[in-house]
Amino acid sequence: MAVALILVLIVVGSVAFHLLSPWWWTPIASNWAYIDSTIVITFWITGAVFVAVVLFMAYCVYRFRHQPGRQAHYEPESKRLELWLTLVTGIGVAAMLTPGLFVWRQFITVPQDATDVEILGQQWQWSFRLPGPDGKLGASDIRLVGPDNALGISREDPNSQDDIVIEGGELRLPVGRPIKALLRSADVIHDFYIPEMRAKMDLVPGQISYIWFTPTRTGTFEILCAELCGVGHPQMRGTVIVQEQKDYQAWLQAQASRTFARLTPTAQ
Amino acid sequence: MVDVPLGHVGPVPGADIEDVELYHPHSWITKYVFAQDAKVIAIQYSLTALSVGLIALVLSWLMRLQLGFPGVFSFIDANAYYQFITMHGMMMVVYVLTALFLGGFGNYLIPLMVGARDMVFPYVNMLSFWVYLLAVLILIASFFAPGGPTGAGWTLYPPQAILSGTPGGQEWGIVLMLASLMVFIIGFTMGGLNYVVTVLQARARGMTLMRMPLTVWGIFTASFMALLAFPALFVGCVMMMFDRIFGTSFFLPAIVEMGQPLERSGGSPLLFQHLFWFFGHPEVYIVALPAFGIVSDLISTHARRNIFGYRMMVWALLAIGALSFVVWAHHMYVSGMNPYFGFFFATTTLIIAIPTAIKVYNWILTLWRGNIHLTVPMLFALAFIVTFVNGGLTGLFLGNVVVDVPLSDTMFVVAHFHMVMGVAPILVIFGAIYHWYPKVTGRMLNDTLGKLHFWVTFLGAYAIFFPMHYLGLMGVPRRYYEMGEMSFVPPSAHTLNAFITIVALVVGATQLTFVFNLFWSLRHGKVAGSNPWRATTLEWQTPETPPSHGNWGKAPPIVYRWAYDYSVPGAAEDFLPQNQPSAQAVSGEAHG
Amino acid sequence: MGSSLIFLAALLAIGIWWLSRQGLMSKPWLEQGVVAEAPFPRDFTSSAARMGLGVFLAVVGSLFALLISAYAIRMQVSDWRDVPLPKVLWLNTGMLILSSAALQSAWNAARKAEEDALMVGLFAAGVAALAFLSGQLLAWRQLTADGYFLTSNAANAFFYMLTGIHGLHLLGGLVALSRTIALAWRGAQPERVRLSVGLCATYWHFLLIVWFILLSVLTAWVGIALDICRQLLT
Repeated sequence: MAVALILVLIVVGSVAFHLLSPWWWTPIASNWAYIDSTIVITFWITGAVFVAVVLFMAYCVYRFRHQPGRQAHYEPESKRLELWLTLVTGIGVAAMLTPGLFVWRQFITVPQDATDVEILGQQWQWSFRLPGPDGKLGASDIRLVGPDNALGISREDPNSQDDIVIEGGELRLPVGRPIKALLRSADVIHDFYIPEMRAKMDLVPGQISYIWFTPTRTGTFEILCAELCGVGHPQMRGTVIVQEQKDYQAWLQAQASRTFARLTPTAQ
Repeated sequence: MVDVPLGHVGPVPGADIEDVELYHPHSWITKYVFAQDAKVIAIQYSLTALSVGLIALVLSWLMRLQLGFPGVFSFIDANAYYQFITMHGMMMVVYVLTALFLGGFGNYLIPLMVGARDMVFPYVNMLSFWVYLLAVLILIASFFAPGGPTGAGWTLYPPQAILSGTPGGQEWGIVLMLASLMVFIIGFTMGGLNYVVTVLQARARGMTLMRMPLTVWGIFTASFMALLAFPALFVGCVMMMFDRIFGTSFFLPAIVEMGQPLERSGGSPLLFQHLFWFFGHPEVYIVALPAFGIVSDLISTHARRNIFGYRMMVWALLAIGALSFVVWAHHMYVSGMNPYFGFFFATTTLIIAIPTAIKVYNWILTLWRGNIHLTVPMLFALAFIVTFVNGGLTGLFLGNVVVDVPLSDTMFVVAHFHMVMGVAPILVIFGAIYHWYPKVTGRMLNDTLGKLHFWVTFLGAYAIFFPMHYLGLMGVPRRYYEMGEMSFVPPSAHTLNAFITIVALVVGATQLTFVFNLFWSLRHGKVAGSNPWRATTLEWQTPETPPSHGNWGKAPPIVYRWAYDYSVPGAAEDFLPQNQPSAQAVSGEAHG
Repeated sequence: MGSSLIFLAALLAIGIWWLSRQGLMSKPWLEQGVVAEAPFPRDFTSSAARMGLGVFLAVVGSLFALLISAYAIRMQVSDWRDVPLPKVLWLNTGMLILSSAALQSAWNAARKAEEDALMVGLFAAGVAALAFLSGQLLAWRQLTADGYFLTSNAANAFFYMLTGIHGLHLLGGLVALSRTIALAWRGAQPERVRLSVGLCATYWHFLLIVWFILLSVLTAWVGIALDICRQLLT
């Protein structure tokens, strides 16, 4: 009796916690509301299964508890029942998987008009590079990294001349424009993660990985590293500020002139 | 082997089976230290693994103290914290769960349950334990090595695992960890050969595969998987050792370490991840399948009902075992691998949910219309179902590639895998110990202490890990030494963290009642008799309790029926032991 | 991970074939009494030992399949420079074939109880295997003398690692072989000797096959074959 009651209380408690607790995802700030929808679908299906299984268990524990004179029912299997359960499970699984795969295709298909932004991780800070007026990022190689070239940018590549480099500062992005983040690492594996954007991807040394997203509201958001990268891992934070297009352009102009001023002496 | 025709065949006298050649111990040393009896080896394995488990438990307290009350305990700095999480994870997954289920329960139960006198290669079996112990000692030694143990996380991802930004990366820590794992794998291979070949070759007369208890099926399948999966970890370890010691570039591309360029080029960090998870995912099932098997037998015995859908349970075990080799990259959805792999691995991962769900259904259908005795082992089995269903369902979030994107590398993952492969299998281990302790020692464990232990452990563990999912949903990453200030985290989350820590301390402390019970009942427990649970399987039918060397006295048992003849209509008792000839009243229904 | 998956698929096929003969579809609750089954193995130890070796070979096979997988993944990176294989490897290959053949003849002799031929075969196998191992060491020395150091390229590292791990397995086999020789020398029971020689021979043949596979991976032409496969797939 007590056992059955506690099982019921676990179900009630879990559902109540889910509905009433203050801990829930942060308000979304990107186009990936679809991901939130797939999570909600999954919560509904899995929640229903959890409640059904544990309540059924509680019922059995109460109804079929040992009493003098009780004998268990002898029934080795029931093909029909098992077949039905398999079928229903299959449908439930498909109902979660199908939307998931559709959204995943969107997630990995970058729109043509996306702006490239390079994000470089190193122990333990974030650096960024934006293409200048030519809209192209210059080539880079980790072997070129030096005291005056923290990102290893190839100076020979003409495309790199107007690139805007932000070392360990704030990244600014325009609202409503798709962004393709090109992720590079100088040393170990890091992970570019902004909870509000729902997007996340590892930065792997030796290769360039990518994600894309469109910021949908202005504001200041925190960049976290989500892959263990050594003792400084929790301190590896950055900031991204999403601005209106016109504020962003003004900032970009200011950066471009600063970069030009800084690059000119070393180019000689 | 020839096909097994259905129907009744007369009993065969038992005396025509020869006594197999056995190593008979002559002294205390050969009986208890360099023992070749699988039962003694099982106890050696279990006690070693439980001791490692206690160390890992203490490590989890330390890391919880830091998370719940950041900065209060000055001796836990970031270095120490990462060393604690790494050692806690690796110890629990490999040195506790794998060793306990296969080395401990496998060694004790396989020969007894299939009616063998011992494992087929007793000498190799003995070596297996000693090599395992060596691996444990190497692992523990890293605590005392200069620089301490490695703090690379239990996944040991290069490059960080072998660089100076990680504790033990350029010191002894990572080298000892890799060495210990390699030694462990060699030791396990010796044991694994025994478990597999004993099941295949040494079964008692009449013990067809489909008459084996699900415990044996679970351990057998898991052993086979482990034999094939551990080489992947071995290869990863060897290659990382080359990278760390000789300076090769298997996993290290051209990188900059603390401002200095490193003399490496072209290596692929993702290659290690593929190797690691090619082992790592089967490993989850290597731990889960024995638990599935054992819990099936616990439920069946204590509900006095045959396991519902035995055939389906066996097929599901085999299907899960095979499928688990083609899902590994679901740990790597956001690793930067070719994103198109996501479609394949999400599909295979969610397909594996189907056989797993069937097993859950059959457990609860065994309870349905049963005659449920709420003994301590049964309580643990019920708790296993709750935690396993909970953790399994959150696995559907993480396996579904796009749902995984916001959740991976957050506390949601930590909560998920602790629920499904931490709490759930450990509840089974406890249940199994309460269940088989009477066979091992001849005495029952104390019931009151057992119930106290059960309720605190079950409800406490649930209270620790259920709320933790929501921290991850909020976006708190895992492996953070301190959450610090995060703009999106409300202050109440810190309260939740402190709450989790306090519960964890209470649950941890309660394990001492279990340890106490183990020793106290050895002397003072109720005398059990040979079959206190009135179970059908062979291990309860030994002539002596605890079983002596050779298990079966003069003649090994002959098996006349499957393992689940409970509450057969018309039978005198509500159970028919597997070695009982059909002479006693069995109704026509049972004959089909 | 292609080669590992192919290897596992092959094992899976064997497993399914074997399980299909084990009555996995039968309803065990309908069977009472001792069902007719395979006769209890007449010679329990030898069939267990043979099966034990079989399972062990599956483990070793898995190890090499994974190493080859790692090789195939790593060689796609542009910094890869193939190692020119030292000529002595072909001589070594001949030695290993010889060793395997000698053990096979020893096994045949053991079955026919020809003791002299048995001893000759065993010793010849041991000597040829030692020659193979020394030849491998020679190959290593030639490569380092030519400047192909372990760390200078991943291809070199793979060459040393693959040949090293293969050599260690053969070294382990030599321990077993020397025990077999001791067994035969002492004049132990013929069945025991036959079993021991048979196990050694099986292991030797297996390592020979592994060596052929490794050799074909290390020579360039398997790279070409892999390229063709990749083009077919993409």
